[in-house]
Amino acid sequence: MRDSLGSVRTVLLLGGRSEIGLAVVERLVREGAREVVLAARGGVAEPPGVFGALDATTHSLEFDAEASGTHAATVAAAVELVGDLDVVVDAFGVLGDQAAYEADPLSAARAAAVNYTGHVSVGLSVAARLREQGHGALVVLSSVAGVRVRRANFVYGSAKAGLDGFAQGLADSLHGSGARVLVVRPGYVATRMSRHVDPAPFPATPAQVAEAVSRGLRGNATTVWAPRVLRPLFTGMRLVPRPLWRRLGR
Amino acid sequence: MSRPTLLTGWGRTAPTAAHVVRPRTAEQAARMLAEAGPRGVLARGLGRSYGDAAQVAGGTVLDCTELTGPPRLDPVREELTAPAGTSLGRIVEHLLRHGYFLPVTPGTRHVTLGGAIAADVHGKNHHVDSSLGAHLRSLTLLTPTGGVLRLGPEGPDPDLFWATVGGMGLTGVITEATLGVLPVETAYARVDTDRTPDLDSTLDLMARADPTHRYAVCWVDLLARGASLGRGVLTRADHALRADLPAPQRRDPLRHRTGPTLAAPPWAPPGLLNRWTVGAFNSAHHGAAPLRERGRAQSLAGFFHPLDAVSGWNRMYGPSGLVQYQFVVPFGEEGTLRAVAEGLSRAGAPSFLAVLKRMGAPTPGPLSFPRPGWSLAVDLPAGLPGLARLLDGFDQRVLAAGGRVYLAKDSRAGPETVHAMYPAIPGWRATRARVDPDGVLVSDLARRLRLV
Repeated sequence: MRDSLGSVRTVLLLGGRSEIGLAVVERLVREGAREVVLAARGGVAEPPGVFGALDATTHSLEFDAEASGTHAATVAAAVELVGDLDVVVDAFGVLGDQAAYEADPLSAARAAAVNYTGHVSVGLSVAARLREQGHGALVVLSSVAGVRVRRANFVYGSAKAGLDGFAQGLADSLHGSGARVLVVRPGYVATRMSRHVDPAPFPATPAQVAEAVSRGLRGNATTVWAPRVLRPLFTGMRLVPRPLWRRLGR
Repeated sequence: MSRPTLLTGWGRTAPTAAHVVRPRTAEQAARMLAEAGPRGVLARGLGRSYGDAAQVAGGTVLDCTELTGPPRLDPVREELTAPAGTSLGRIVEHLLRHGYFLPVTPGTRHVTLGGAIAADVHGKNHHVDSSLGAHLRSLTLLTPTGGVLRLGPEGPDPDLFWATVGGMGLTGVITEATLGVLPVETAYARVDTDRTPDLDSTLDLMARADPTHRYAVCWVDLLARGASLGRGVLTRADHALRADLPAPQRRDPLRHRTGPTLAAPPWAPPGLLNRWTVGAFNSAHHGAAPLRERGRAQSLAGFFHPLDAVSGWNRMYGPSGLVQYQFVVPFGEEGTLRAVAEGLSRAGAPSFLAVLKRMGAPTPGPLSFPRPGWSLAVDLPAGLPGLARLLDGFDQRVLAAGGRVYLAKDSRAGPETVHAMYPAIPGWRATRARVDPDGVLVSDLARRLRLV
């Protein structure tokens, strides 16, 4: 249950090894969360020591983003472990390499399944639970890559565009239910997942994304950008004429 | 089933959704209680508890404000019986007409009798008259095990009676109650006012003044810095006798004047109440009070419920809402009061309505808040940066001093802290388990603080 000052008790992280996801969870634990469920393929055997040091209990849960048929059961298992889900962080995804995707359409389709369809099945399962319990927040890690899809990473970007739209629609469907969705649009974040990509302007750290999420959850935001400057920047980006957009190197 | 409705407390923070039903009779309430789903059920009154005490996420909320009917006064026994959904305002109207008054009046008359019992509310006379529970003669409780129970302080079932007084609605649905009432000659208070220059003189004057008046309360300025910190306006009063009134009022001494009601605007910008606006208000309020005034006749409504003159004043805190922090520490722990006052001042926390009271004898209610000592209540904007940490720090000081926070005001304390402040919780739970073995009665507060 979220209290009047924004602290929560339980957090479920879908994508239990995601660096951004873990940074968000750490932030919530620092602000008072006491029960954490890390859901990832094979479970998370060694959770970050900081959770324990901050008096939070960590649980591990098997979660396969590609196995949509198991997602409702995954959410039920998390509820079994900690009770009401106060915050669910939906952070799993793969970035991959655009050139490799273009050479191997099957791998591109699999990445799209993780980055989009996996979120649809698990997002709807989470939403059903939040609606039933009458409170709770789903934090969806979208990306500026989905705000306007670029030539340089359109397999990843298009899946994020789909996810972003899905999350907005889900947010509207939950209006008045006591549950909410927070869409997070980070720019380039230096993590293991993005190591093979050159940094873009206005990079953010996982901790900065976590700070933005915390701020968004405390208020009534539906969308947060990290860093904040990306919001006006991408408002402008959407207006760039197509021939020019196409020629952007990255 | 109806569409879920978003509910919050008076602080307008942390909304959750529940199915709201409105029983009009005790029989309907009993049926609704029996039909509750797996997410639980709870009675709600006029929604004046500040935090999450009267909401149950995903469950069923019995809005009991239509559980009303004419109050019945027994002048021989000097007691009044009323359905639990009756507001204290309505009860006061009825009582004054017959020359009586409530034995205990909280800071607003817009609360139901049932809610007032569930929070075991106190008033400005706690140091003399204890809390509302001390004046209850009996109450009727609907319980999930299907019983309609009539309970009293000396029996039947005094354990369940006291578990219900201050029990935050978690032992059942109160449908009716009988309480002793106070005969009065007039609808006026005879008020003495003193302005104090700092916290020490405020505490000193309050301690010395204790037994001389039935009612005593001090508004303190916790935004003032340095030597002026804790300067206050102490008002003490007794019920005015007919002879105390000026001639025009003497002709109709029991005429109940609630005065005009202003409405707060429907929306206020975030941050409207900040340290500068509130600081200016506090200075003006302190400056406007007389240095020393004796025996002014004031209407009871004006004296007890000044805030009721502005309906929806909680909206002034903007979209992020407000938090009220109220605690009590034993006499001799003035250092804790000072630490909290200094902490708020240092943080520049715009505490608009800081109210200092001395409390007297408690009731036996295991979850009832009042304890002998100093009680301080402070309203703060929920959006204030760093507030969570500041209040967590205060909690630890209050706990170390042997004090506690008030559940009807709380919206953010931690379960471990509250369990340490209320050591009688295990016994209360055992009593509760007799009438609610399946844990049907629940609230967001109960979930957050793991009371059930």
